[in-house]
Formats: sequence, structure tokens, C-alpha cells
Amino acid sequence: MSSRDQILARVRAAVAGAPEAPEVTRDYLTTHTADDPVAVLDLLHENLADYRALVHRTRPDGLPALLARLLAERGATTVLAPPGLPAGWLAESTAARTDDTPASTAQELDAVDSVVTGCAVAIAETGTIVLDGGAGQGRRRITLVPDHHICVVRAPEQVVASVPQALPRLDPARPLTWISGPSATSDIELNRVEGVHGPRTLEVVLVEEGTSTE
Amino acid sequence: MSGTYLGMPSFPKAAREAVHNETLRGNLRHATHTIRDKRAKAVAELSDWAQLREAGKQIKDRTLRHLDQYLVQLEESVTAAGGTVHWAADGDEANRIVAGLVKATGEREVVKVKSMATQEIGLNEALEAEGIAAYETDLAELIVQLGEDRPSHILVPAIHRNRGEIREIFARTMSEWGRPAPEGLTDAPAELAEAARLHLREKFLRAKVGISGANFMVAETGTLVVVESEGNGRMCLTLPETLISVVGIEKTVPTWQDLEVFLQTLPRSSTAERMNPYTSTWTGTTDADGPQDFHLVLLDNGRTDTLADEVGRQALRCIRCSACLNVCPVYERAGGHAYGSVYPGPIGAILSPQLRGTESEIDASLPYASSLCGACYDVCPVAIDIPEVLVHLRERVAGQGGRGHRLEKAAMKAAGWVLNHPAALAAGEKAASKTRALHPRRLPGAAAWTDSRDLPEVPPEPFRDWWKKNRT
Ligand code: SF4
Repeated sequence: MSSRDQILARVRAAVAGAPEAPEVTRDYLTTHTADDPVAVLDLLHENLADYRALVHRTRPDGLPALLARLLAERGATTVLAPPGLPAGWLAESTAARTDDTPASTAQELDAVDSVVTGCAVAIAETGTIVLDGGAGQGRRRITLVPDHHICVVRAPEQVVASVPQALPRLDPARPLTWISGPSATSDIELNRVEGVHGPRTLEVVLVEEGTSTE
Repeated sequence: MSGTYLGMPSFPKAAREAVHNETLRGNLRHATHTIRDKRAKAVAELSDWAQLREAGKQIKDRTLRHLDQYLVQLEESVTAAGGTVHWAADGDEANRIVAGLVKATGEREVVKVKSMATQEIGLNEALEAEGIAAYETDLAELIVQLGEDRPSHILVPAIHRNRGEIREIFARTMSEWGRPAPEGLTDAPAELAEAARLHLREKFLRAKVGISGANFMVAETGTLVVVESEGNGRMCLTLPETLISVVGIEKTVPTWQDLEVFLQTLPRSSTAERMNPYTSTWTGTTDADGPQDFHLVLLDNGRTDTLADEVGRQALRCIRCSACLNVCPVYERAGGHAYGSVYPGPIGAILSPQLRGTESEIDASLPYASSLCGACYDVCPVAIDIPEVLVHLRERVAGQGGRGHRLEKAAMKAAGWVLNHPAALAAGEKAASKTRALHPRRLPGAAAWTDSRDLPEVPPEPFRDWWKKNRT
């Protein structure tokens, strides 16, 4: 008998006498937040900041200048932009734009100063951004190896209040990366230290509809 | 770092030694109290915690009741998504499968993300015997591995080490494994973390094979989930060409939606955060993104024996959050090593004797490594009634030859406290907790499956309240 058949047979024998387990009662809340896009966005901002992401807010027309400033403040001379990143976003930055090609090695990515991406969804109650590899996000590795990640969230359409609201919007067939603040460890006497492995600096830009002169 | 810790002394003996180690006890007290208080705050943020906890319990019970169907469905989904599924009846078989897969790549080293399943089966040692070096990449696991030590906590495996000890370990041993620690390394946590970052980055960037566990496997979609903080998980899951995941069969959940429960309860219960810094999910392989060769090794290794026990099977609900460790007065004094397995604390006291049987001295002593105060049940996000299983296992051990009472006395004496407090022991023996009454002992139509034997009458005040008031 194969191990597969053996394990399945043992499972069946183990539960043979057991009564049916009841259907799962899902009487928990689908959100803990009032249904108000402004409050949800403020909560996202607060929770992102609470987990030590650097949060910025702007309007679409202010985005290129803001990204240019953030990259310059960081002293970034190279910036990695995934395919599908809206063309105008990096228009005002002087950092040299590089691509993640199939031939790029992890060592090459390690030499890049900063990476700018979009996201799939952002969760206010937990201060989480989720990347799914869609347009403007790139492969998983580009937001992992460089030490500085700037992630742009479009509000309100990419923002949800809660984890139960986020899951139906995500496609499990895609690889997903949920990020809540920068890489962190508390392994040394429970002192929180930012970044053992992932980017040590995470900046999130919340872009609200409208123009900056409004 | 063997997962089975063969030759471990029984709990009483190991605990007695630990209790006399002042540094260890100081580290443990600081750590468990810090996490415990933070956790209570994080949980209080969710007004529907009781409902989430009940749903988590029900999802796991339902999965276990139909585990055969869900495993077959999982296998189909993973295969359809481009992965390969292997089945391992025990640890030796899993180790053989993994060693074979690594050898087939022609590689001699692998990077690993912390995985209790692979510790349980002693995978690192098995690989070493085949000439394959396995590098642990979680910071605490690195500390443990470099210190030729064993993990002592589920979540904070190096909880028993203070910063001075960590500095000494890094300075002394990093050069034997790769990039040495920087000259003049101090014991500042940020400097220690930086030393680990540099040491490990060199390995990540060249690794061709990664080995992981998983927190959840979704049968419906074939998705695996790893929840972590540091990013070493993302490194292992993303950069290598081949990824091998070794996962206990009980980590299955039926649907994608089920994750909405556990992704709320797990981070809050374990690190007391609203969400852990990184969660990765992957389904088979994806073109040009991440490993192009994915293997899932489904591990039994005693889990089906545990499933066959009507009372004890609830231990398989465990999502390894470690909340029960941080509230346990016995764990706080004895430390994780005393439990003699990768699963320390209250969950270890019920899981290890079920996975391994109660023949050995250490396994027979584990059901006595508890005051039965009930705090572990109160914090458990999947409502495992640990005291109930402890009592049940004590009966089993006592049935083997009547050494139970002796063991109990020895265990409590070793932990160095309760025998001076006869009233505590008496209360503890009978303890049930306040919240226990809120959870139906028996769900309609599910008699024996959810039935749990009632413990003796509830004492007037829960044991841990008594303990708080009366401890000196
Ligand atoms: S038994 Fe419960 S509290 Fe303990 S680690 Fe498992 S899930 Fe967490």
C-alpha cells in the first residue's frame, strides 16, 4: 500500500465513528469600521504608520513630484519600476530607471536603491497592503531584495476596511504578498528591530481622487 | 537540534535544572509577560473575538472530520497548479523524500524558513547525513543553530538567550558558516540584526533550493500560506528555483474564505499584532515569478493516531500561535527545553505524547507538566481544551502502570512552586475557567465528536486569579 493510501485509510478509520461536524457558523463581523471611505482611509493611514511605514498623501497630479522627492531624499540613484507602472509616475525623478528582466539576478536587484510599485488592495483595520503581481507590481522579488520600497495605493478603489473584505478581491491563483509595515524582528530580548531581511524602509503613498488645487 | 530529542530526561528532571538557571528564568518572565499583555490589548480590539474563535474551532473540526476528502482535494488543486504532492507516513519517509528531491537538483545546500514540522522530524540532521547543509534563516533559529542549541519557544525560539549571549554566539561561530560577524560587534539589538542580515543575505542570494513549512493549506484552491515577520520566509519562498514544503496534514483548511478567520486570530494571538509584517501565499508555480519547481510533502507522523483519539484529537486544531505558552505558569518557570520536543508549553504537553506515544519517560511525564489552571484554554484562538486533554492523557499514562501520581508530584516539585501551596494544587486540579461556560460543551447533533468530558466542579475562583493574588 502506498503511503498516500495508508494515510487516507488511517484518517478514515480514525473518524469512522464520529458524528457529522456542524456547518461553520460565520457570525463574526465582516468589518469593524464604519462604512465611510474617509474614515476607512484615515484608519489605513493610522495603522500603516503605527507599524512604522512612512505614509504620504497626495492627489494624482501631485504624485510624480512626490515620488521624485521621496527618491531624492533617500539619495536613490537607481529605481526599479515594474512593467505596467503608469508611465507618468516617475516622470519627475532623476533616478535611473531599471527593469527586472527574466535574466536579472538577485545580486543585481540587491544593488538597486529603491523600488516603486502599485498594489492590489489595502486593508485599513490591519494596516496591510497586498501585492498580487498584477500590472505595476512586478515579480515578488523586486519588493523584497532592494532596501527601500515605495508603494502607491489608489483610494478609494483599492482600499477596504477589513480582512474579510479583502479576500474576495484577491485571486488565490496568483502569488500574494501581504505587507504590514517593514520587515521586523523581536527575537532579541523582544526589542523590535526593523528589517532583518526585507526592505527596511517602507513608504506608502495614498493617492486620493481629485486635483491638488481643489 | 534533533526534533525528537532522544534521550531527553523526563520533564521533572529537565524542569528542575531550568528552574535553577536564573538568566533563563529572568528572560522567560520578561518575554512571556510582555507578549501576554500586548496580546490582551490586540484581542480586545476585535469585538467579535468570541465568534472568530468559535468559527476557527468549527472550521478545524469540520476539516478534521472530513480530512480524507480535503487532502485528496488539496492534492488535486496543487497538482493542477503545477506542483507535485508527496505523502509521508512518518518522519523518516519525509526526510528521504526531501533528501531525494534536493539531490535531484544537484545542490548541496538549502535555505530554510522556520518550520516546526521539519524540526519535529529532524530534517536538518537527516540532510546533513546525506551531505546537504541546511541553513536556518529566521533570526532566532539562526541564533539557535549557531549556538548548537534547541529552540525553546514556538514563536521566539531564542527566548532563553539574552543579547550578550547572542553577541558571543555570533562573534564566535558566524565565520564557521559563512560571512563572519563584523569586527567590534556590540550587543545592541540593531547591530546584532544587521550582522544576521549580512550573514544570511549572502546565502539567500545564491540559494537554489528553499525548504519551508506552511501555516495553512487551502484544499479548494491548493494555496499554501506562510505567516512571518522578518522576510526570511519571503526570501526562501521567492528566490530559489526549487521550493519544498513539508506540512502536517492537519494544516489543511477547506476554503479560501476560511483564511479570513485565521488571518485575524493568528497574528493577534501570537505576536499581538493586528497583522504580522509579511504573509505569503502561493498556489503551485507561477510563470517567471518565484520557484518553478514546487513540491509539497504531506506529513502524517502520528497525526492520524492523534485524530483517532476522541478527546485528544482537538490538539490538531492548533495553529501554533504560542499564546498558551505565554500564559502558562509552569512554562514560565521551566522553559521550553524541559518539554523535550519542538512543541513546548501546554500545547507540547498534549501534542508530543499523542504524536509520539506515551512509552518514553519524557512523554509519560508531559501530561503532568501543568497546573491545570485553564489559562491556556482561555487564550487559545481555536478553543483547544488543553486541561481536558491533559487529564485524559494522565489517565492513559496512569493506566500504563500507576506511576502517575509520582510523576505529578515530581513535575510540580521540579517547577518549584505548587507543593508549597497545597491550596493552589487543590484548586488547580479542579480548575475550569470562567469563559468555559460560554462555550457549549456539546453541540447539537454532534454528540461524541465535540463532546468533552466534564471536569470536576468549577472552583469558586479560577486558579490563575487565586495564583495572582497569592503568589509571593
Ligand atoms: S494550543 Fe491554542 S494557544 Fe496553544 S499554540 Fe495552539 S492554537 Fe495557540
